[in-house]
This record gives sequence, C-alpha cells and structure tokens, in this order.
Amino acid sequence: MFLIMLLLAACSSQKAEVPLEPAPRASAYIQISGSDTMVNLALAWAERYQQEHPDVRISVTGGGSGSGISALINGTVDIANASRAIKEEELQKAQQAGYNPQEFIVARDAIAIIVNPQNPVTQLTMQQISAIYRGEINNWKELGGEDRPIVRLSRETNSGTHVYFLETVVRLGNPKDKTIFSPDTLLLPSSEGIIAEVRDNPNAIGYDGLGYVVPEVKVIAIARGRGEPFVLPSTETVNNRSYPIARDLYMYTREQPKGVIKDYLDWIVSREAQEIVVRLGFVSLEQSGVSGKTAKLD
Amino acid sequence: MLAAKRQNLTELAITRLIQLAGYLSILFVGLICIFLLKEGLPVLFDVPLVRFLQTTWYPIEGYYGILPLLAGSLIVTFGAILIALPLGLGTAIFISEVAPNWAKEVLKPLVELLAGMPSVVLGFIGILVLSPYLRRLLDLPTGLTALTGSLLLGWVAIPTIVSVAEDALNNVPPSYRQAAWALGATQWQTIWGITLPAARSGVLTAIMLAVGRVIGETMAVMMVTGNAPYIPSFLKVFVSPIRTMTATIASEMGEVAKGSAHYQTLFLIGIVLFLFSLIINIIAVTVSSRRLKRSERLLS
Repeated sequence: MFLIMLLLAACSSQKAEVPLEPAPRASAYIQISGSDTMVNLALAWAERYQQEHPDVRISVTGGGSGSGISALINGTVDIANASRAIKEEELQKAQQAGYNPQEFIVARDAIAIIVNPQNPVTQLTMQQISAIYRGEINNWKELGGEDRPIVRLSRETNSGTHVYFLETVVRLGNPKDKTIFSPDTLLLPSSEGIIAEVRDNPNAIGYDGLGYVVPEVKVIAIARGRGEPFVLPSTETVNNRSYPIARDLYMYTREQPKGVIKDYLDWIVSREAQEIVVRLGFVSLEQSGVSGKTAKLD
Repeated sequence: MLAAKRQNLTELAITRLIQLAGYLSILFVGLICIFLLKEGLPVLFDVPLVRFLQTTWYPIEGYYGILPLLAGSLIVTFGAILIALPLGLGTAIFISEVAPNWAKEVLKPLVELLAGMPSVVLGFIGILVLSPYLRRLLDLPTGLTALTGSLLLGWVAIPTIVSVAEDALNNVPPSYRQAAWALGATQWQTIWGITLPAARSGVLTAIMLAVGRVIGETMAVMMVTGNAPYIPSFLKVFVSPIRTMTATIASEMGEVAKGSAHYQTLFLIGIVLFLFSLIINIIAVTVSSRRLKRSERLLS
C-alpha cells in the first residue's frame, strides 16, 4: 500500500517540477510525506494554508519518518516530516545524491505512556518502563498492580516514535546500550492500533504521541528516577522540561528552501500556524522557546 | 476475394495479439523473478547465511534472523487451513451433492461474494470484534494472536476451497453415484465412499490453492496478529502473537534505504515467499494433471 502511495507521490511530483509561470494564476504544488505522528498536524497546516493561498496545492501523506526522509532523498517529495532528527547515514545518502538537506524544528511533542483505565497503576519511573520493554518485568503485580501479564505495545520500526522511544526510554538515553525491545513486544502498524488495543485490553501498556491520546485510555505519570516527582505530560510540563519523554518535530527540505516552500515554512513558525499545533495536542515553538530558525547541518 | 483477404488479415492480427498477450504474462513473471533475485541475492555476499537462521528479527540494529517470520507464516497458514478445510469442503459437498436447486443458486453467488471481500475490511472486523472477543473467551493476555489471524484467513480461504472442490465433485460422473445408490448405499455412504475419493485430486488442488492464497495474504494478518517477531512455545503456538513474512515486507519496505542490507533482506524474504508459492503451485498442477490422466483412463 505504501508503495502505491510513493508511486502516486512520484507521479504528481513530476508535475511540481514544471517551472512556475509568472502568470498570477500559476499553481504551485508542495508534496509532503513522513512521520505518522505529524500527519494530522501537517494536514491541518496544509488545509489552513491552502484556504489563505488558493494558488498553492499541498499534499500530505504519512508512512513514517524514515519513509519520508527516503522519499525526500529519492526526490519524490519536497518536504519530509520527521519526528526524529535525520540520521548520519541518511544525511550521507542525501549528499551522495547531490542534496544539502535543511532542518527545521516546527513543533514539540510529548510521548505519553498509556494503559487501560481498569489498570490501577498510575505512575512509573523511567527505569521501570525500560525494564518492562526490555522484558525484565512481566507482570503488573511487580509494579503494584493486579496479577496480570504485561502486554507490551510499540509502533513499527519504521516509526520515528519507535526509534525515539528505544533510545530515550528503553536504553535510558545511553548511546552505548545496545538493548532492544523484548521480542514479544507487539509492533502495531499505527497509532490508532495502539490506542484501540490499550482501550480494550487491561493487560496492555503502550506509548503514543500526546496528540493521539483519547480519554478512554489512562496516561501514566512518569518520574526521571526513584524519589523524583511523577509528572503527567502537558503543554506546561513539556515546556518546563519536567516531563522526560518529549522531543522536537522536524521538517526537512532537500536544499535551502526558495519560493513557495520557503513561504510555507515561514508561515509554519508563525503564531497562526503554531496555534494549530496547540489545538492538536502538541507543544508550540514559542511556548517551548525553540527558535524557528533553520538549523543547518554540518 | 478482397473481403476474404481482409478477413485473413484481421484473423492474423487478432491471433498475433492474443499470442502477444500470452507471451507477455510469461515475460512479466520472468522479469519479476529476475528482479527479486537481483535485489535479494546480493545480501548473501554481505551477510553470511547463518545470520538469517537466527531467531531475532530487528533489522534496524542488524539482527536479520528470519526464522520467527517463517514460523509465523507457517503457523498462521496451518491454522487457517485447519479451519477452512472442514468448513469449505462441507460447503462444497453441500452445494454439489445435497442442496436443492434453489439453495445452490443462492449459495454459490454468496460464496463468490465472500471471495471478493477486501482483506482490509476483514482486518477491521478482526481488530474491533474478533480479537477482543477471543481475549475474553480464552482469557489470553492479548487478542492479537496467530489464532485471530488464522480465523480471518480461514475466512479468506473458504471461497477458494469451495469453488475448486465443488468443481471437482461436479466432475465425478453421475453414473458412479447411481451405481452406489443401486447397491443400496445411503447418501452419506455415497459421498464419503464414492464421490469424495473420486474427486480426491481436485480436493487436494483446492487445498493447495488455498494454502497459496493464505500464505500470501498481508493486510488482514498485519492488522490482527500483533507482529511480534518471536517463535512461540509449542503449547501456546496459536494463542501467541506472531509476525508473518508478508506483514514484515509490507510494514518495513516503505522505510528502508534502497540497496541497504535491510532492503535486500526484505527481498530475500520475498524470494522465500515466491519459492513457497512456486512449490505449492507445482504440487497443485501435478495433482490436478494426475486427475486428467485418470479421467482419460476412465473414459477409455
């Protein structure tokens, strides 16, 4: 299915390469693909922008941060959404292809740890969550819950959220740690799949972007370590950095953006676009104090 | 004279076009085969074969063990056939041997409609209805298991089994049944002792085709089997989450960098799947051509 989407994107991006005529009615096309976490946000941005600029057509698809970046390198999209920074090897691939990718931080996101509301556990430390996903803790009883097996849910490996969670939570930010997820972790293909299983299953634990969390699941309060305060994710706790599992969301372009794409990226860091960020449950740039400037890569 | 010549020309053109169509499909199969081998085999030079025969699949960190994926596909397929075979064969026997004409006319199109059901719709039913139900019924840690996948895929396989097996049963000459009835056999004795054995190779073909259909199914299994790449213990084989080869290719192909070891490994899995369906098709063809020979022998 994703291949078809790529093909479609490839077909239409050829259209976008037609040089823009100076005529006032000339339409511009922007192809965007990448992170599933960001897809709703990117769609909301695109919708609002197109209302104000009817001459610009923006198409947005998901598929995962890795997919978006490889589509950017293959030249099928103009902007890649990514919920993680570009990897060294991806950067090299892009440079081999003759591009000079540009990084833009466009919003921030907190990852919520969620369980079923029937589960009496309300708070966990980072170390406990890590032990759960390493497969060292296998029963809720060990965490003060009921005598139930723990069912670990994760996003698929092509998700930026998966990689971020692996590095920040499972490995507790230690780059030398080579632990991987316990092999019986269920890898679900979508954020909605995780929400659906957690909503139904009192054994399950999962993680998802704060923007996806629905009232039918319970969000766990997290402490950085034993004896430290337990914090629930919110705009405020992400801004003051007390919630430990939060990250920047990125957009990448192949080159220093020009013309329509530059206008669009400038608009995204504007107050109007950042209000959409807040409305969708993410954290906006102004509040978190991250500047919207280009972060050029070495 | 001229009209006859023109007719000849048209005839020639149409024959050539049909020929071309036939050769094209052979060409495409050949090209797909070459493409798969070209993209998948080079990985064997970079990564020693033994690293594929491990039990850990986590390709973003260089673990390329495909055994759990193989096991996953085989478990789900075996379970699906176990479910589809009795139901499908029963339906085929009912339609061909037992049902009154009006029931036949209703049942056949309904079974064909079942074949047209998109598997993603089945996946939705699986994720929202079947998996929560199975979890409560069997008191499982999670409802996203091989069993859920098998039940859905059994559903997918039933129409294939019904239509092929029913054809085979219909091809059994009526004189066989009449002879059995004349000897005083009941309807059940006729079906079990005469008709079914006579249609045996057709039924085997039906099973083989169903296996081929099930092992290649992707969307529904990806949604309901949990996609956990590990080999379950023997006692829990059907009630554990598993990950199939098809779901792995579908969910990871979008992300990989072209030409990387991970990319080539996914193609290697594609080759394994291709070999599976090749073997299954060869078995199906041998079995069904044996039926032809037998019926020829019967006619002579």
